[in-house]
Amino acid sequence: MLEIRNLNARVEGADILRNLSLSIKPGEVHAIMGPNGSGKSTLGNVLTGRPGYEVTSGEVLFNGKDLLSQEIEERAREGLFLAFQYPVEIPGVTNMEFLKASVDARRKHLGLPDLSSFDFMKLARETSKRVSLDAAFLKRGVNEGFSGGEKKRNEIMQMMLLEPSLCILDETDSGLDIDALQVVAGGVNAMRDDKRSFIIVTHYQRLLDYIVPDHVHVLAGGRIVKSGGKELALELEAKGYSWLEDEVA
Amino acid sequence: MTEQVEGLIRKEYAAGFHTSIESDTLKPGLDEEVIRFISAKKEEPEWMLEWRLKAFRAWQEMEEPTWAHVHYPNIDFQALSYYSAPKSMADKPKSLDEVDPELLEMYAKLGIPLHEQEALAGVAVDAVIDSVSVVTTYRAKLEEAGVIFCPISEAVHRFPELVKKYLGTVVPQKDNFYAALNSAVFSDGSFVYIPKGTRCPMELSTYFRINEMNTGQFERTLIIADEGSYVSYLEGCTAPMRDENQLHAAVVELVALDDAQIKYSTVQNWYPGDKEGKGGIYNFVTKRGICHRNARISWTQVETGSAVTWKYPSCILKGDNSVGEFYSVALTNNFQQADTGTKMIHIGKNTRSTIVAKGISAGRSQSAYRGLVRINAGAEGARNYTQCDSLLIGDRCGAHTFPYIESKNSTAQIEHEATTSKVSDDQLFLCQQRGLDAEKAVSMIVNGFCREVFKELPMEFAVEAGKLLEVSLEGSVG
Ligand SMILES: Nc1ncnc2c1ncn2[C@@H]1O[C@H](COP(=O)(O)OP(=O)(O)OP(=O)(O)O)[C@@H](O)[C@H]1O
Ligand SMILES: [Mg+2]
Repeated sequence: MLEIRNLNARVEGADILRNLSLSIKPGEVHAIMGPNGSGKSTLGNVLTGRPGYEVTSGEVLFNGKDLLSQEIEERAREGLFLAFQYPVEIPGVTNMEFLKASVDARRKHLGLPDLSSFDFMKLARETSKRVSLDAAFLKRGVNEGFSGGEKKRNEIMQMMLLEPSLCILDETDSGLDIDALQVVAGGVNAMRDDKRSFIIVTHYQRLLDYIVPDHVHVLAGGRIVKSGGKELALELEAKGYSWLEDEVA
Repeated sequence: MTEQVEGLIRKEYAAGFHTSIESDTLKPGLDEEVIRFISAKKEEPEWMLEWRLKAFRAWQEMEEPTWAHVHYPNIDFQALSYYSAPKSMADKPKSLDEVDPELLEMYAKLGIPLHEQEALAGVAVDAVIDSVSVVTTYRAKLEEAGVIFCPISEAVHRFPELVKKYLGTVVPQKDNFYAALNSAVFSDGSFVYIPKGTRCPMELSTYFRINEMNTGQFERTLIIADEGSYVSYLEGCTAPMRDENQLHAAVVELVALDDAQIKYSTVQNWYPGDKEGKGGIYNFVTKRGICHRNARISWTQVETGSAVTWKYPSCILKGDNSVGEFYSVALTNNFQQADTGTKMIHIGKNTRSTIVAKGISAGRSQSAYRGLVRINAGAEGARNYTQCDSLLIGDRCGAHTFPYIESKNSTAQIEHEATTSKVSDDQLFLCQQRGLDAEKAVSMIVNGFCREVFKELPMEFAVEAGKLLEVSLEGSVG
């Protein structure tokens, strides 16, 4: 599904990712943890092709194809999805219109016909219900005036509608109340199958109680310093990150 | 096509011609003789000629205004030609079969296939090509309702009393330089009269097309909504590519008598000039309406075209409780310049006005909003709400706002809000990450920005306006 080999990337002239390698197979859930500023969001941004993030060396294969040479929207249409740590607002553009355009673009890429407005509206309403967002949110501007938790749920709604093959969730659990956390986890779990993979960036074990990962990685200083199974997250919760620094050194 | 319409076209349709067919064009220059020639060509009554001459004499004393935030080379008014009519005007075709197929094709490109005009949303179309009205349809249906919708040149003959009574009462001949010029040489335009208590049964629409080299266009439109009547009028225009700048100086006068309502919508997409800023239309328009008691006038405009735009559709709120509205989207790209806005003159008591102006600038373009809200001493309880939003795409363009407020009555309430925003990289990235390409993303963001104005447009127009923005923004994102 995703093969990252010796990836080096810089932002604003500073090297952030250093020789990062990671392999994700279809159906796997990988949790990425690590201290603030260690490069977790940068990884998501580099993979999705955000302007300003420069890859200096390394390669990434997504579904066997070279990912880094593709345009941002091509990567997205291929099934790469990023749930943003800080979702932006697009005033005036309704959520419904935005979602329809996104889903149309993805379906077109897959050779599927556009959904009729009627079918799409029905689907969108069902999906908003699944993330406990009132259907009224579909008529509002994208993230316009949404609370922090509503924005995160809106991201999950987009993920459900787009049915990506690789979903990156960047701290989607931050700032969520317990109910919303369960909504997000429920959404991810419902989408888990043997083809779809997830990269879940989080600071808290709490989320991983609901979404049980296959692998846990610790990112520090732009590289993966430790990988393990789900127990690693518990260990980090108990011990913090400092003990790992010795291992890195 | 119904027989009725076919009959009308047989009766009214003036000419089959296209860009390569010769026009009957007057040699360049402007003096009293030219005005007499125009008036004679139209077989106008004496009073009309006198009216034109009075305007011309006033114009000679006037100077071109320079206060607008626009720059363009001096216009040599003696180098322009002031009359041009399709040659074949004389021998009118008996049916559509006799109409130049290229002309029909041109209309099809504009989205108004003659064959389907009736089906097309029940819109009556009065198409102006250059200076003479070419096609007028649907007259019968309108006449049944007592509505008059005809070329103003015809109204001068058929309804002289109405024309005499109202022409120049809202925009006087000496109002401004361009209005005076228009009054002297106006070629043609639309005349509308809605009788008392009548709701016009369909939207009235005029499509303009500039089709001659070096021909100034001077439309004159007069719309009168008698007491308690309602009309919605659509004006749309487009021009083909050309190198030389063309002057366009129209005048539109609206009269809304007691309890009447006029909705005037414009989509303007004249040739804006090329990417280097060469060519394009100069658009200097005077549009104004007067509201009597309880009347309402709404101006809605989507301006994406022209190299230079100078335009301030205004309302004189003379009658008590009258309402004026101005909803505007002005988009400029490449080297376009627009200075547009409105004037709301509150005279009557409890008069209300709303201004929503959205400016979008891309490329190296400049757009300015210029608005005046004046509350006269007698305008007890007047209210105005103004909202001006600017959206910048890229960092080489500019947006400016010049709001002027003059209040002579302390009971007036005036609110003004202004914002400037940019299409942010983060917004673009979000859209692209969801699979949209950058152009689609920008057009969606821009459409969202304009939503409040678009919802004021009639349905078909709103769709067209959305498409226009998309076309106008082509190439504005890297
Ligand atoms: N656009 C940017 N401009 C400048 N510096 C950046 C940019 N993006 C990331 N960085 C820097 O790169 C480093 C890694 O940032 P990143 O956002 O990837 O960290 P993170 O692991 O996601 O942290 P957190 O847990 O706080 O979200 C930080 O030092 C950050 O300041
Ligand atoms: Mg982060």
